[in-house]
Amino acid sequence: MNRAGGATLAEKILARAGGLERVVPGQIVEGQVDLAMMHEQGAQTVGPFHQMGATKVWDPDRVVIAIDHWVPASTEGAAVLHRILRKFAAETNLPHFYDVGRHGICHQILAENGWVVPGDLAVGTDSHTNMLGAMGAVAAGVGPTEMAAVLALGRLWLRVPPTIEVRTRGAFGKGVTAKDLVLRILGEVRTTGAQYKAVEYSGPTVRALSMPERFTICNMTTEMGAKTGMVAPDATTFDYLAKIAKHPMHPVAPDADAGYERTIDVDVDGMPPMVACPYSPDNVRPLPDVVREHVKVDQAFLGSCTNARIEDLREGAALMKGEKVAKGVRFIVSPASTKIYDECLREGIIETFTEAGAVFTNSSCSACFGGNMGILAPDEVCASSSNRNFPGRMGPKEARIYLMSPAAVVASAIRGEIADPREFL
Amino acid sequence: MQEVIEGRVWTLGRDVDTDQIISGKYLTIIDPDELKKHVFEIALPEFAKEARRGDILVAGENFGSGSSREHAPQAMRAIGVGAVVADSFARIFFRNAINLGIPAIEAPGVRAEFERGDTARIEMRTGRVTNARTGRSVPFPPLPHHLLDLLEAGGLVEKVRRELAARDRPGGAAP
Ligand code: SF4
Repeated sequence: MNRAGGATLAEKILARAGGLERVVPGQIVEGQVDLAMMHEQGAQTVGPFHQMGATKVWDPDRVVIAIDHWVPASTEGAAVLHRILRKFAAETNLPHFYDVGRHGICHQILAENGWVVPGDLAVGTDSHTNMLGAMGAVAAGVGPTEMAAVLALGRLWLRVPPTIEVRTRGAFGKGVTAKDLVLRILGEVRTTGAQYKAVEYSGPTVRALSMPERFTICNMTTEMGAKTGMVAPDATTFDYLAKIAKHPMHPVAPDADAGYERTIDVDVDGMPPMVACPYSPDNVRPLPDVVREHVKVDQAFLGSCTNARIEDLREGAALMKGEKVAKGVRFIVSPASTKIYDECLREGIIETFTEAGAVFTNSSCSACFGGNMGILAPDEVCASSSNRNFPGRMGPKEARIYLMSPAAVVASAIRGEIADPREFL
Repeated sequence: MQEVIEGRVWTLGRDVDTDQIISGKYLTIIDPDELKKHVFEIALPEFAKEARRGDILVAGENFGSGSSREHAPQAMRAIGVGAVVADSFARIFFRNAINLGIPAIEAPGVRAEFERGDTARIEMRTGRVTNARTGRSVPFPPLPHHLLDLLEAGGLVEKVRRELAARDRPGGAAP
């Protein structure tokens, strides 16, 4: 595939990673990795790493391990995974291990500690590694065998993806958030619409978003099937990273005449809050339509790498203050990292939630994936700020998960049925 | 890698995600032989018991979407799945499968051509899947050389092992 004209953000980053002047979609590039991240799934990296005959990690300063799915270990199996990782980190001298006590959801750990910087090629053993594309990087999920090769060689093959541009404009109304925007985009792009592609978010709405909001949007690019979701770096990015960047930045911007495969225009003026209904993240409807159906909620979950940052929890706490969790609802609040937990503690956010009848947990993936805690019974309904609602995601395949903004989750916990946060403002 | 892969077909729908292949509650299992008992527990419950080595999966669009868990293709490899053919794949699943040495073939339109129990014949280099019962076939773009080499080597582990061995040999190639 050949093309005249300028390069997209992903093309520029992959050209750099591959040591090439220019790359085009479809081309296979051997890319030098800037940052490799592993969570529990990394335990499965250890076997292949040894089978490859590798003994040394290519650059221990560019490897981060963060355990998050089962923290502290809730099963013997999880305890074994953690031990495998600890042992591996010790043997191969990997200093950046976010173990129990400093832990958090792996993507949040990378974000808040400045591990991924503009221009990077980052890979992680988790599909939502995409979130770090908000730094103006190509950040993608890989499996553990592939990670073993990355640890051994510091590089991997990538097919240069075509890029979809999502051009945003307009301002959010009250009670409407970045989560609603990404749900709306998902409703359009669908779960297969960006398969093998990069998604570049641009336009004044995205430019005005904070880094946490950009994380939310890039995070759910995974649900579009994309290789990566990204925002070109700007002053917001540089400010966020100013004090925390772990490595030198090498920012690039897309060319003005970049060749996009497709451009989607989204105007958020007048857009209502959105909700993804069972059983797919692209089954998106305006929240008010679902509210009218009086969907009773058994559990509410404010957590996950999509929406459990301090801004999300502050916003949730502001709604929760003076209210009570409805009878019959279990409301689980799980901050995305230990750092955020501490902030909640200092700001009185924990108390606001627990006084209202919520359970405020230690930071982890928590109820997001149905393997640790907050598992649903068949036929139960959960209002969740997370990113997936496939059958079986939170346990039994019949359980129904509705994905929405943190504010909508809190509103639903208070009402006992799916509710519109704007009624509480 | 065989040039021609033939096997008995199991069919699956569209959007079979990794939760339906191996559900979250089994993710702390590392032993592939243990994992394989739970493969497709949600999407195709009888598969784990009845599948035979060399069977071929024919799926709809977006097969393997969702998480990056390699448990999914690992369990398939442990069971001995000969190939996975789908209308389309989610990208991480596709990579994981190839890296483990499982031929993953994207052949748009293939799902509609097969029923459970049919025999599929896949010609890897020419790029054609044929249904032995109907005689009809679906073309696909053959995998790029890079990936055929990877399958040829038996997967990424073996490929990197050779590369490291060559590098560490005195006088071996620089990385
Ligand atoms: S919070 Fe959920 S989506 Fe995010 S890494 Fe954990 S399990 Fe995956």
